[in-house]
Amino acid sequence: MTVEATDTGSGPPPEGAKAPTIGNRVQHVLHAHPSLGPLVVLVISAIIFDLINGRFFSAANLSIMLQEVAVIGLLALGQTVIILTAGIDLAVGAAMILAQMVMAGLALTSGWPVWLAIAGGLVVALVTGLVDGLLVTRFKVPPFIGTLGTLGVFTALGLLYANGQTLTPSAGNFLLWPGNLIKIGSFSLMTGVIVMLVLYLIVGYALGRTAWGKHVYAVGDDPEAARLVGINTARLLLSVYVLAGLIYGIAAWVQIGRVGDASTNISSTLNLDSITAAVIGGVSLFGGRGIVLGTLFGALIVQVFQNGLALAGVQDLYQQLAEGLLVIAAVAVDQWIRKVRT
Amino acid sequence: MNDGSPANARKEPVLSATALRKAYGRVEALRGADFELFPGEILAVIGDNGAGKSSLIKCLSGASSPDSGEIYLDGKKVTFRSPQDAKDAGIETVYQTLAVAPALDIASNLYLGREIRKSGLLGSVLRHMDIARMRREAREHVNRLGIQTLQDITQPVETLSGGQRQAVAVARAAAFGSKVVILDEPTAALGVRESAQVAAIIKQLRDHGLPIVLISHDMPSVFELADRIHVQRLGRRAAVLSPQTHTMEDAVAIMTGARAA
Repeated sequence: MTVEATDTGSGPPPEGAKAPTIGNRVQHVLHAHPSLGPLVVLVISAIIFDLINGRFFSAANLSIMLQEVAVIGLLALGQTVIILTAGIDLAVGAAMILAQMVMAGLALTSGWPVWLAIAGGLVVALVTGLVDGLLVTRFKVPPFIGTLGTLGVFTALGLLYANGQTLTPSAGNFLLWPGNLIKIGSFSLMTGVIVMLVLYLIVGYALGRTAWGKHVYAVGDDPEAARLVGINTARLLLSVYVLAGLIYGIAAWVQIGRVGDASTNISSTLNLDSITAAVIGGVSLFGGRGIVLGTLFGALIVQVFQNGLALAGVQDLYQQLAEGLLVIAAVAVDQWIRKVRT
Repeated sequence: MNDGSPANARKEPVLSATALRKAYGRVEALRGADFELFPGEILAVIGDNGAGKSSLIKCLSGASSPDSGEIYLDGKKVTFRSPQDAKDAGIETVYQTLAVAPALDIASNLYLGREIRKSGLLGSVLRHMDIARMRREAREHVNRLGIQTLQDITQPVETLSGGQRQAVAVARAAAFGSKVVILDEPTAALGVRESAQVAAIIKQLRDHGLPIVLISHDMPSVFELADRIHVQRLGRRAAVLSPQTHTMEDAVAIMTGARAA
């Protein structure tokens, strides 16, 4: 066996040619396919949880897990596109809650036609993205600080608009459409889950197959290089934040359908959960690396851990502990595979 | 002033500039600099730090605009407001930082910012890329330039050596620089062997007929590659030398002002 034929890649003739170790090979494979790691973690952890508690793979439990993942999956999708540009969005949850209150408020309190109220909520969500995008591009505020500011602003606006009320649409209201369940045997698929999957397909296509997507990666990778090759980086970043905002708006609608009402009293961990899903899914916080499929795996992993540990009878705090460890492990792996060299 | 090769005197310059001035606050970086690049030649631009080399190149590549003075491309007066203007006119620049996206593969980098799209609505509306065609044409292009150091066009740039990255940046410039390619210190960050690879690529570009402006500190490679040498000093063109009639010592002496041109 010759030494130089061991790798399919080319590169210069190796100077101190040494046979690749198993670690090297894993590093290369993960570098080429960053969503492979999360997939492996997802499958193995699911199997382990099922061995611990046989109800894990039951149709009922799988249905519930998918329903739970729909909203966080959508938020993580928007978050992913922003993280790919080396940005971060701390206002995801606040933007979604604001959009949700506007949708329900316009339909139920102001008496707008439901479709128009939903459109109004989507527009509000889009504007939240526009505000974040303008802060980052026009006013050169680092995304971390800009969205920390808008986190406060959007949260306050949502609370002011809601005025402490919980708005509950009556049964059959179109606002609840994403919560509709489609029965497939004993498995029930929520419409919102389908909405989420369709959006993953659309965004995945845009990132992987269009020039826009290529530019998202280039800007996240090296913004100066992107500018020098003639990419309008400000316009691109703006489009990314607006797209993310629109996705948060759709997440707001799914949230109303899933829960059955609109209230500002929603988990405060939405922001971090969306980042967690992306990071566990192999999306690099340094930008330019990762795919949305990985984020979907990441969101599922978080859900599988929460659900599996609960079924195993483990206390809440250990679920948080596990999630925290997963994030640290994911970032450490990312740092490692970014060092790859042939 | 002495023009290195009299034969060029009859040809029209591809790119020229007259009396360029550029001041940054109180610092006058260019004080009436002239510049001429003729078809099919490699023109080296040398000069001490602060001589106005980079200011001159920035004006020619559209990265900054001169306070006064004129630039001519193919005999026509041009005004570049941005690097994009210069690119559109057919002047490509390889910056010292290379301006490549490390995580993207070679083909994506070659076409970054000018992706080939599918025909029809898919391409015009959705900007759907023709990835197969981009890879095929990138491969053909790299082969045509005789760049052997780039084998697998789908390899991410971050897995390449410094010389290979330089080759990617040069190949991109050559692919789209229809009139002029400007190379800023292409061998500054490279080892001896890699410098030689890049030098070979630069010669191949010239043999394909592309005129090249080569900014370099590396005297041996300047004297090996250049057809003529533009010596920049104190914001002006101090001399134009020919490697045939002048030595490195002459060049350094004029560059540092030890000897008048």
